[in-house]
Amino acid sequence: MAGKAWKFGDDIDTDAIIPGRFLANWNKQPEKLKTNCFIDLAPEFAKEVAADDFVVGGANFGCGSSREAAPVAIKMTGVKIVIADSFARIFYRNCINVGLLALESPAASAGIRHGDMLEVDSVAGVIRNLSTNETYTFTPIPPFVQQILDLGGLVPYVKKRLGIS
Amino acid sequence: MGATITEKILANAAGREQVSPGEIITARVDAVIGHDITTAAFRELEKMQVEKVFDREKVYFTVDHFVPSPTLDAAAQLKDLSAYIAKYEITHWFEQGRGGICHAIFPEQGLIRPGMVVVGSDSHTCTYGALGAFSSGLGATDVAAAMALGELWLKVPSSIKFNFFGALPEMVTGKDLILHTIGRIGVDGARYKAMEFCGETIRNLPIDDRFTMCNMAVEAGAKNGIIEADKTAREYLEGRTQEPFLTFSSDQDAVYEAEHGYDVTKLQSMVAQPYSPANVAPACEINGVKLDQVVIGSCTNGRISDLRAAARILRGKKAARGVRLLVFPATQHIYLQAVKEGLMEIFVEAGAMISPPVCGPCLGGHLGLLAEGEVAISTTNRNFASRMGHKNSKVYLSSPYTAAASAVAGYIIDPRQVI
Repeated sequence: MAGKAWKFGDDIDTDAIIPGRFLANWNKQPEKLKTNCFIDLAPEFAKEVAADDFVVGGANFGCGSSREAAPVAIKMTGVKIVIADSFARIFYRNCINVGLLALESPAASAGIRHGDMLEVDSVAGVIRNLSTNETYTFTPIPPFVQQILDLGGLVPYVKKRLGIS
Repeated sequence: MGATITEKILANAAGREQVSPGEIITARVDAVIGHDITTAAFRELEKMQVEKVFDREKVYFTVDHFVPSPTLDAAAQLKDLSAYIAKYEITHWFEQGRGGICHAIFPEQGLIRPGMVVVGSDSHTCTYGALGAFSSGLGATDVAAAMALGELWLKVPSSIKFNFFGALPEMVTGKDLILHTIGRIGVDGARYKAMEFCGETIRNLPIDDRFTMCNMAVEAGAKNGIIEADKTAREYLEGRTQEPFLTFSSDQDAVYEAEHGYDVTKLQSMVAQPYSPANVAPACEINGVKLDQVVIGSCTNGRISDLRAAARILRGKKAARGVRLLVFPATQHIYLQAVKEGLMEIFVEAGAMISPPVCGPCLGGHLGLLAEGEVAISTTNRNFASRMGHKNSKVYLSSPYTAAASAVAGYIIDPRQVI
């Protein structure tokens, strides 16, 4: 599925993704996060983003707070993949756990412009930029992390570990 | 080959002789911490259909972010959290009025000890490195998994050594050391790494300043900050805990990814300017920044020595006209201690509003949000856009000395210019 790139800069912090004022009891109704995703930094984002669009960041994407509401807010907008030059560590773990695919690719981060049409070929393991005809590789997902993803995330992983069906 | 403190703690927690940076291990977890927003983790625990936490003595909860509840959502969250605490029979539970801010209350109560592996769904969980523990922040689902399993997968971080030498000048603190350090290495300068603070200056540094330094390790992207548990740490633990603990030291031949040395003898009071904790300059070089609000407190700088520092500046003085001065003691115990020492009287006389021990405006929650165009100096840890209120407000970060002095002046100033 092809989607449009929403390009952001370096050091995008989790307060920029979802400000603290929206965190009280957020995961009772996580879908409510959608309208406030990037509300202060890019107010047009939540209004115009389409399902299957991509968020593309620079270095250290998702730095700052440990709020899982950040990747969940992005996921609630319909975005399924975030691409960045690099990710802050807690944000990266949270992406794995909530089912938002985080692809680390300095080449893609540098090459993709705002509005470019992208698609990810998971078989070939590449990101294709349909607007520029460029192809970018991304850092392979560690095998242990892939095991968690294959099980469907951390919740099923824990259930399997504890023998809960 | 030698090992760092971080590697030794993780090897011990993984039941291994040795671990190497970059490898993924499964580590035993000694404590899982959380607060009101971590209610989310209990909901994940329910999704996992887990009926019991791995050890109810090893899960610590407080309420600090949205308390006393400013909104109906916050009130509902607190109600749900109380029910989860009862359902999962959590022992170490600090209700409103009986605890305080997570990263101050848990060490204060002797629940954090050297050599432990502590995780929690708050990025500043790295604070506990000040007591020689490995501690790191996680999201809600990871914390739920840790509560269920009593273990956690993690990648062993490589370590960066920060060696500080020389005596700190008057009114220059751990906050100035860590702001200086983040200013040098940047907000991703220690991404995924352990920041190990050592050297003569650290050996002489009081415990509260050590908490401040490790608290802000995450602002450089670090997985954890750590200081060897020494005499100062053991003195802090005396009377707080009877539990045994393990202390670890880095070997002489431990391998570091990088080493930095800082001579602190001429270090000045430092300020992080908007909108990054790495945008650091000496307070004396930031002239004429007029202030609307001053915040003293938080998990970074709300401990008793921080309040004493602020009171030392504010004694007999008043906050400048037009400046709102807000003081947030980090725990009920610290609050009471400040009352007994007469610090609260000094603050009230200076025109301060004193808050219960909560996070308040630090994360833009409540109790002091900034309007469009307003400017604050704060002893907290983050100054991102929108952090304390309107997206077009500004936050400068500093030590309690600098914040208090700036409150008196009405603009940002080096504290040595006030006393």
